[in-house]
Amino acid sequence: MSMENALPISHAQRLWLYALGGLVMLFLIAPSVIIVIMSFSGSSLLQFPPQEWSLRWYESYFGSVEWRDATIVSVKVAVMTAIVATLLGTAAAYAINARTLRLTGLINALLTVSLIIPVILIGIGTFFLYARIGLNNTLTGLVIAHTVQALPLVVLTVLSGLRSYDMNQEMVARSLGAGRFSAFFQVTMPQIRFSIVSGALFAFITSFDEVVVSLFISGGETTTLTRRMFNALRDQIDPTIAAISTCLIVLSIVLLSAAQLFGRGR
Amino acid sequence: MSIASASLDRARRPDGAINADALAADARREARGLFALLSPGLSLVFAVIIVPIGWLFWLSLFDEAGQLSAANYARFFEQASYIKTFVTTFKVAFFVTGASVLFGYPLAYMLSQLPRRAASICLIFVILPFWTSVLVRTYAWLVILQRKGLVNTWLMDLGVIGQPLPLANNFAGVAIGMTHIMLPFLVLPLYASMKSIDTDCLRAGMNLGASPSATFWQIFLPLSLPGLASGVVIVFVLCLGFFVTPALMGGGKVIMWAMRMEQTTSLYSNWGAGAALGVVLLGVTLALLGFFQWLLGARATGVWSRR
Repeated sequence: MSMENALPISHAQRLWLYALGGLVMLFLIAPSVIIVIMSFSGSSLLQFPPQEWSLRWYESYFGSVEWRDATIVSVKVAVMTAIVATLLGTAAAYAINARTLRLTGLINALLTVSLIIPVILIGIGTFFLYARIGLNNTLTGLVIAHTVQALPLVVLTVLSGLRSYDMNQEMVARSLGAGRFSAFFQVTMPQIRFSIVSGALFAFITSFDEVVVSLFISGGETTTLTRRMFNALRDQIDPTIAAISTCLIVLSIVLLSAAQLFGRGR
Repeated sequence: MSIASASLDRARRPDGAINADALAADARREARGLFALLSPGLSLVFAVIIVPIGWLFWLSLFDEAGQLSAANYARFFEQASYIKTFVTTFKVAFFVTGASVLFGYPLAYMLSQLPRRAASICLIFVILPFWTSVLVRTYAWLVILQRKGLVNTWLMDLGVIGQPLPLANNFAGVAIGMTHIMLPFLVLPLYASMKSIDTDCLRAGMNLGASPSATFWQIFLPLSLPGLASGVVIVFVLCLGFFVTPALMGGGKVIMWAMRMEQTTSLYSNWGAGAALGVVLLGVTLALLGFFQWLLGARATGVWSRR
């Protein structure tokens, strides 16, 4: 917005607003900053700022077999969820975008319904279903449950990419003799690849951070990182979790920046 | 068919549509192809969301002896502990929604007034927590608010208080932690709707002699209400079914709806009762969303994406 478009109110008159907004921003960001700093503390007391510095909580994280196993499970599930959700979500977004099907509204609602339903209900329902078909405590079960939760994000992201793309280009390719698939992969996909990649990143982070459903359906050898963290927090406040949290914050920053970069490429 | 009627039939059709049947067949093939693209996603949602929830609904209609009854629902009105859970849940939801409006509105307003560059930098402060794990943020608040946490240590070192304040493992802890998690859900849709307010309306008001504060109260605020309402309904509905923060920061004293569901099913294996709780929660959620959607004309449920 250019300056002449701004209202004739000076920044000085707005000082109170900036002060208030700044305080709320501080409230939002402070917890993450405090955790990152405390993760480098040398003491097991939770002091801020720490009196001495060390990497002992990172050593305790990477040195523990249990934490490492849980992290590997979470990474595996998140990668597979990102792949499956991106494939299914892109296909569905393509079909919705064509708008030739009847009931597009209903289909849209069904695909995004997991955003509206309380996640605790999804957790209990999935656990109940999985108990009958033997999918509790399995990687497959986790990937399926996380895919359903990540699907709406992929559909919405890819759909917004398709909306800014002129589908006539694909029609031209097909009228010139390209098959449906080669027209999609050679003409459409290169132009919406940024939204597809953003969708995949959102799917990954959705799965990696998912807590409630994983609490119900993961356990034993397939205990996810979030489930182990949740249980650890119920017992006592172990500073190792500060180190893990810092890793998760850094992961969020990296994935968000990547999504932002890809989003700009469009 | 006589030649006459065939000619009539043909005459009715415009010239280009003589091969309409072939086109229709092609359209059907196209539709089948598109449906094939949708079906994997749809069947997954159907199998993992719709079927189990339908099943739970069915279960909730039977008592422990397997008889069709409303016992699972009747106990919500009869047992004091259930009533207490509902009261607590709504208390937390109202409090957190109120606090989110109080803190979120000024922030969204500031963001909407800043120049583009400054606004996108400040937006990071909203988006980064939004995409940080709920567990990480709850852990942070535990560290900050607990008995020997940062706030209490600082205040005691400064001599402001002699005894640690009870900030965690109670209502205050749950409310603070949840407000932090819910704020972005309010700020993001509100900011988007504030950005779409036509500044010419405000300029016109000021040209006609309105003071800046009159312009805000009489023009800007009313125009921002639909965005505020959609943020409010999202936050309120998310609060009703929220689990992680009350479970970790409530100290076993603040039992909210979702925790009750987890206890009844996991701890007591009472699926009928847990399912009934879920059915009512879903009903309340859908009713609130539907009401606001009707009120605002199909624009409410914009920025969900994450909880």
